[in-house]
Amino acid sequence: MTFLFTVSPDFAPDRLSGWYIFNTWLQKQTGTAIHLEMYNHYQQLHQAIEADKIDLIYANPYDAAMLVRNKGFLPLAKAQGQADEAIIAVNADSSVRDVADLQANSRVAFTDDPDVRLMGMIMLEPADLDAGNIVPVLADTHVLVAKHLLKGEADAGIILAEAYDNLSGVIRKQLRVLVRSQISVIHHALMVGPRLQAKRGEWRQVLLDMAADEKGRGVLAALGFDGWQTIDDEEMEFMIDLMDTLNT
Amino acid sequence: MISDMKPEDIVGDYRETVLTFYDGTRRKVLYTELETPYPDGKLIVSTTTPEGVIRQVNRAFVEMSGYSEAELIGAPHNILRHPDMPAAAFKDLWETVQRGEKWQGYVKNLRKDGGYYWVKATVIPNVRGGKVVGYTSVRRKPSRTRVDECAKLYPTLR
Ligand SMILES: Cc1cc2nc3c(=O)[nH]c(=O)nc-3n(C[C@H](O)[C@H](O)[C@H](O)COP(=O)(O)O)c2cc1C
Repeated sequence: MTFLFTVSPDFAPDRLSGWYIFNTWLQKQTGTAIHLEMYNHYQQLHQAIEADKIDLIYANPYDAAMLVRNKGFLPLAKAQGQADEAIIAVNADSSVRDVADLQANSRVAFTDDPDVRLMGMIMLEPADLDAGNIVPVLADTHVLVAKHLLKGEADAGIILAEAYDNLSGVIRKQLRVLVRSQISVIHHALMVGPRLQAKRGEWRQVLLDMAADEKGRGVLAALGFDGWQTIDDEEMEFMIDLMDTLNT
Repeated sequence: MISDMKPEDIVGDYRETVLTFYDGTRRKVLYTELETPYPDGKLIVSTTTPEGVIRQVNRAFVEMSGYSEAELIGAPHNILRHPDMPAAAFKDLWETVQRGEKWQGYVKNLRKDGGYYWVKATVIPNVRGGKVVGYTSVRRKPSRTRVDECAKLYPTLR
């Protein structure tokens, strides 16, 4: 039997090959046939989850809740020391100096990345902004959110902090960050579905040992990770509860 | 249960009052008019036992409350109770979460130094294996408009 592995569509585009390399490595280490399927949009991913096609997933924290609560997924590991954070940015020439200066009907650019949007909308609340009184400007990537700001097509943008930090200096100079989240407990998670649960302990060990192995380190580098770190069930439940409180 | 507030901990001119909690216990509190602004981008997080005893706090909680982590863990959550908060708000909080639902509201909290800070709080039951094992509260920066409304409304509910 071949298992199906996927990665949340918010993966950094330059890590695409890294995920294929990781999948090859994982198959070798575990002696298991795994097919990696990358979906371009959350809608396609959610259809696959709904149809119970997925066995292994590097999941967005937003989806993790649904995967645990409704689909019987369990956490394996997270990327060491990494957390999902968001920033709110405006054009450097904008008169907006503080989130509180943003007015109702502001045009706000963001991607369909659900946890980043959630964190961003929370940081807009102090300005009395919510889904009902902003003009959404949906962008395909975080880079395009930045471009909307540069071209004056949006008044504010919600960007994954890591993506913002990886923008070129030229682009960043033309933007101003109003606020950066410092939540630190919201992160992606590698998770196994019901058909792989018997292998959970064994696979987790393989992941934890990865950074100690030279080949493994090369694969991690291709993903931009320092190593994997265990997520225990309670840590996962805590993150899900936290997402739940933010989700209103 | 929790000790009275001490003048030497207070920063600035203060007033004094005695709070009577839901369980009948009392605490002398000293409070000032100094507001600490909510830190941008942060969440203030705590978890409690089913009885409302603090089990876990994050760094932002410690910084904003002015207490050390050691003083907070094991203390009842009313250690932050501000005299301007109406008891009805907390009655509603407890009734809501005990029904298994999510509670949301604007809360004025009392710092160890007598100052205060406003939060928008969301409290949910932590359900593990079908059982409520405690509660989690996550606070975020509130809108000034809503805070001003509550600052007017709350005194009329007391
Ligand atoms: C998870 C959780 C978090 C709470 N956070 C606060 C808080 O930040 N400030 C506060 O005054 N009460 C908070 N409460 C409510 C207190 O338990 C308590 O009801 C309130 O301070 C009033 O005191 P009393 O009910 O003992 O009269 C919280 C309760 C729970 C379950």
